[in-house]
Amino acid sequence: MKMKIKNGKLSPYTKNSIISYGIVIIAFVVVTVLNSMGAVSSSLQGQLVPICAYIIMAVSLNLVVGISGELSLGHAGFMSAGAFMGIVVSGMLESSGLPDGVRLAAAVICGAILAGILGFLIGIPVLRLRGDYLAIVTLAFGEIIKNIMNIVYAGVDSNGFHLRTNPDLGLEESGRMLLNGPMGATAVQRISTFTAGFILVLITLFIVQNIMNSRQGRAIMACRDNRIAAESIGLNVMRYKLMAFTVSAALAGMGGALFGLNYSTLLPIKFNFNTSVLILVFVVLGGLGNIWGSIIAATVLTILPEALRQFADYRMLAYAIVLILVMIFTYSPKIKMFTQGLREKVFKGKNKTPEPETEGGV
Amino acid sequence: MSIKMKNDEVIQNTVYDVYENYDESKSTVDEIILPERDKDKTPILEIKGLGIDFGGLTAVDEFTLSIGRTEIAGIIGPNGAGKTTIFNLLTKVYQPTRGTFLFDGVDTAGMTTTQISKMGIARTFQNIRLFDKLTVEENVKAAMHEEVNYGLFSGIFHGPKYRRQEKAAHEKALELLSIFDMQDMADYQASSLPYGAQRRLEIVRALATDPKVLLLDEPAAGMNPSETAELMNNIRKIRDTFGIAIILIEHDMSLVMNVCEGIAVLNFGRIIAKGNPEEIQNNPAVIEAYLGKKKEAK
Ligand SMILES: Nc1ncnc2c1ncn2[C@@H]1O[C@H](COP(=O)(O)OP(=O)(O)OP(=O)(O)O)[C@@H](O)[C@H]1O
Ligand SMILES: [Mg+2]
Repeated sequence: MKMKIKNGKLSPYTKNSIISYGIVIIAFVVVTVLNSMGAVSSSLQGQLVPICAYIIMAVSLNLVVGISGELSLGHAGFMSAGAFMGIVVSGMLESSGLPDGVRLAAAVICGAILAGILGFLIGIPVLRLRGDYLAIVTLAFGEIIKNIMNIVYAGVDSNGFHLRTNPDLGLEESGRMLLNGPMGATAVQRISTFTAGFILVLITLFIVQNIMNSRQGRAIMACRDNRIAAESIGLNVMRYKLMAFTVSAALAGMGGALFGLNYSTLLPIKFNFNTSVLILVFVVLGGLGNIWGSIIAATVLTILPEALRQFADYRMLAYAIVLILVMIFTYSPKIKMFTQGLREKVFKGKNKTPEPETEGGV
Repeated sequence: MSIKMKNDEVIQNTVYDVYENYDESKSTVDEIILPERDKDKTPILEIKGLGIDFGGLTAVDEFTLSIGRTEIAGIIGPNGAGKTTIFNLLTKVYQPTRGTFLFDGVDTAGMTTTQISKMGIARTFQNIRLFDKLTVEENVKAAMHEEVNYGLFSGIFHGPKYRRQEKAAHEKALELLSIFDMQDMADYQASSLPYGAQRRLEIVRALATDPKVLLLDEPAAGMNPSETAELMNNIRKIRDTFGIAIILIEHDMSLVMNVCEGIAVLNFGRIIAKGNPEEIQNNPAVIEAYLGKKKEAK
């Protein structure tokens, strides 16, 4: 990471990047230390990898929803593609004797590539639409991916890899079923680790934050802020929207592979509309375009349901109430004004907005 | 600023009327009374019978005009005359119903807004369209395609090419901003700027695309007299330093009459007069168009 210091001040992107990396690195160190002291509960231990995966999902979705300004409701579809691709790749390499880390890396890369290709292909028609229409069509594509995974059967034996849309793969005795239609993947070797998740989160942050602070990021945000003006300065709006969508999908595939290889069984239905909405909630709650906000929201909201276990049957109700309260307290205009007033009192004269000029007109 | 009345002036057949009897085979350049320095060159813009209908409404019709390479031209007319629509046609925000225009001798029929920008037409907007959430400097840098053209790979890894080009872009952005003395605002969020500064930023952003023609849609709207006077000087300065053509839509008559070399007057989508500022001020049709309605010039 290179720091850019302008007039003795950090650029806002650099500042936000440092916060993001800082949060992730500190959290990793703290959890690792606590873990070595045996101070991390087993339920939290089990959530470490999913938290990393959801951070990747949230940050990557923020690239589309926050940075590129397009509401996407099908992000779980790309996660699914990445997860099952990762499981297949890892399963095929099981007998190769490669170390787990290498297999995980291969799985993650293949998951990202497949999801990236899907993102590109889906993006071409979808990004021609705008607003609500775009959102609905991404939802449809997310469901299509889920339904395709429901009918995919894959296995491997000494003859190689088999892929069908029916269970009759004709595997040899020694062969192994990798994907089993609606039953998903079973007997998956769990090779995802917290360290791997940590590294993948850093990679995601690196890619997304560096793009934001580049020519491409400027163009993507310009197309979001004003499409006509963006065209008028020669930006190809479709191209930059597609770029954001594809990169986001590829990162989601990466997160999916990490997620998938953390469980011994994984059903396609896991990646349904609810999951897409859950990821969207992380993004909205953390703040559109705010990367470290996504990190915190994904972490807290993944832990929360477990932490609310004491409420038993009312767990999801409590979850919803917490969500509503947080939204109100972060985004209500009145409370925003209040906190801004506080901030101005505290940092008097430090805000650099020039005096506003009242002037209407077209 | 009022328009002087001179009763028995004949509507003059002026400057731009060449294409009304356009003959492809014949070079018409000599006949155009372009500014002296542009005479021996082809016009940068040759607009031929441009027209557009919105449903039943003919917003612009038979718009024919030639613009010299370093000319400052003005388009004036009452509200709703179709001035902004002409800019939208020239930048292909709308495709024309009739007619076309040549840019640097190339027919632009069927081109997109993006292609037009790449060819060298840049514009500002009457209702300001900045990239609100970006900083002032980023607004300008977003428009640079010559200076910053590294690929996505460089964009992710921030290698030497990224650093070299970003540095060059940063310097050029500050240089362009300094035209309007705005280099100190480089780090402000665009939407936080005062109104006048936002208008100036739009001009800087347009210039960053390295245009050959700059279209300014009411750049002085909402500016106070001293800001307007400064803008006037800056428009000339921009033309002189960049050697480009500028078309100006403006209601502020003193600005138009002072800065423009040729003026076209539009009413109900049609050109009712063309000529130099003096001719326009003495043109009865123009006076009627302006006085027929309530007093228009502010
Ligand atoms: N997209 C559109 N759809 C329908 N009618 C339109 C559209 N754009 C412009 N018009 C109409 O075309 C006419 C010309 O509008 P235009 O904006 O070009 O006027 P103008 O000369 O720029 O006026 P002003 O001085 O108020 O800016 C108006 O009657 C307007 O209502
Ligand atoms: Mg207008």
